[in-house]
Amino acid sequence: MTTVTKEAGAPVPADAGAFLSVRDLHVSFKTEDGVVKAVDGLSFDLERGRTLGIVGESGSGKSVTNLTILGLHNPQFTTVEGEILLEGQELTTARESQLERLRGNKVAMIFQDPLTALSPYYTVGRQIAEPFMKHTGASKKAAWARAVEMLGKVGIPNPKERASDYPHQFSGGMRQRAMIAMALVCDPDLLIADEPTTALDVTVQAQILDLLKDLQQEFGSAIIFITHDLGVIADMADDIMVMYAGGAVERGTTAEVLRSPQHPYTWGLLNSMPRLDSDLSAPLAPIPGTPPSLLNPPSGCRFHPRCTFQDRVDGNRCVTERPLLAPDRASACHLTAEQKHTIFVEEIRPRLG
Amino acid sequence: MLRFLVRRSLGALVILILLSIVAFLLFFGMPRDPALLMCGKGCTPANIANIHHVLGLDKSIPEQYWIFLHNLVLGSNDFAQGPCPAPCFGYSYHTNEQVWATLMDRLPTTLSLTLGGAVCFLILGLGTGLIAAWKRGTLVDKTFTAGAMVISSMQIYFLGPLALAILVYQTHIFDKPAYNPISNDPVGWFTGLIVPWVVLSTIFASQYTRMSRSSMIEQLQEEHVRTARAKGMSSRYVFFRYAWRGSLIPIITIFGIDLGSLLGGAIITEYTFGLPGLGRLAVDAVSFSDLPLLLGVMLFSATMILLCNIVVDAAYAFIDPRVRLA
Repeated sequence: MTTVTKEAGAPVPADAGAFLSVRDLHVSFKTEDGVVKAVDGLSFDLERGRTLGIVGESGSGKSVTNLTILGLHNPQFTTVEGEILLEGQELTTARESQLERLRGNKVAMIFQDPLTALSPYYTVGRQIAEPFMKHTGASKKAAWARAVEMLGKVGIPNPKERASDYPHQFSGGMRQRAMIAMALVCDPDLLIADEPTTALDVTVQAQILDLLKDLQQEFGSAIIFITHDLGVIADMADDIMVMYAGGAVERGTTAEVLRSPQHPYTWGLLNSMPRLDSDLSAPLAPIPGTPPSLLNPPSGCRFHPRCTFQDRVDGNRCVTERPLLAPDRASACHLTAEQKHTIFVEEIRPRLG
Repeated sequence: MLRFLVRRSLGALVILILLSIVAFLLFFGMPRDPALLMCGKGCTPANIANIHHVLGLDKSIPEQYWIFLHNLVLGSNDFAQGPCPAPCFGYSYHTNEQVWATLMDRLPTTLSLTLGGAVCFLILGLGTGLIAAWKRGTLVDKTFTAGAMVISSMQIYFLGPLALAILVYQTHIFDKPAYNPISNDPVGWFTGLIVPWVVLSTIFASQYTRMSRSSMIEQLQEEHVRTARAKGMSSRYVFFRYAWRGSLIPIITIFGIDLGSLLGGAIITEYTFGLPGLGRLAVDAVSFSDLPLLLGVMLFSATMILLCNIVVDAAYAFIDPRVRLA
């Protein structure tokens, strides 16, 4: 069962006005090997009409965070602590029936693999019409018309005929478009896109991203965009949150994070990204080491076993003390602001070309 | 769909022909001579040769097989016992009755036993499996799973006599198992078969409980099921509309095989409850080296299994639209 413990001294939401506000979220799973702390003390805010990009490696807690917002985790093995406030409504303690009314209506989700995320047993039109009927009480006929309209909106040619096709009759890009149509059918205020373009080829990816941007302009939704592709995030997001081992390590506007990143992990991510104009003979520089096991995360700064800059921090603080992430533009690192600036300007930027 | 059915039926026909050839060859590989069994005391080589001639066993094997096929399709008037309309398997060596007539005589018993049992075990097995999957991890789930495990390790020849002893002979709750034709006596038909149905469905249902539970749990973890939940569909809707449909495919596969082989004769069940069905006929045919009866029973059972498989394959197409085009 979901156990929700609220500590007496839990931090109060900084500004209760935020559309979505996640405060000190902890999500852990019971497994045979022990307790996995998938999300460990995560806080962020999101306003309407903005796009928050969440970047990080596999297993950094990106997807878990967002499944938890919708309450789609398996309550049998999952413990959720902290607060998720959507327009002031607490979601971690909400009843299943309340969440059902939110899902697909106010908060919609686009999944990574459109091949497995659509049911093979029902027509695309029916799958799009279903949430519309459920949430608006529309008739079958009206919902079908709405599904056809949405398919047209996401750029599927011949939407009238294609609505009665099954997902396997669609190409990969079209399936993702159908998925987006399904997510947008009730004009959600918050759209969570979990690596929506990872399974698609590059040209289709660009089309899907453009589509999402157009639709956001039309509907004014807030978007959480999860990816591990920095190129995609630069194109999509207003703000970026970099996640590592279940927590945020850096946060800022897209321009800030990409132009003057402050966290060694972000530097590593940027470093390991190929560029068209970079020297072809220069090898890509991957981040040394592997992501930590969340069964038994490293002490202090989660990134310290892989960090090449920890010797520049006084004493042993990287190993003993977990650096905190301040609100707004910040990075969770013990290096001083000047150190971060000098290291980035002198050592990292030249390598990025 | 029509093309599919034609193609599958032709395939089944080829399998049946191959099967009959194998059965023919195996029969003549057997050490026992049916003529010896029929000859009785005071048997002379001349008698045996005579019987061989009457049964047609003095002809070559290919010739005999050809005659068999010919009779099957067109019928025959060459039998000493009388005319034999198609489908003619000839006359039983042992009882001198027409094989096809014997099969048709026994079929209603097996049909009643099997179909009644199948309806029971399907409802019971799927029902308990679904409840266990819905209540996964709870006491209900554990009870059902453990119960299914215990029952599926039992056999008809244990549970059957036990049920007879308790339900029929000691408490007299139910009638002694017997077959009464449904057209004559619907109530007697029902009361006579209820104990065999209960035993048959208990044993088969346990397998379906486990299968339907695990298949459901697997389906519930599918991504498209999560998508349906993310759309705001209720748990019950997602469970029955999205997960259940996918979970039926492995179950239908096994059900087709089970039903087919039961229709070909539930040998142990029929013996346990003294019901004269196709299963007993099969055992009789083997023990009396009764070639016509043996071929008849075998090809009939095989046809049942193949038919059920074709029906199952057609059912896939109804469940899964991806199969429709393939």
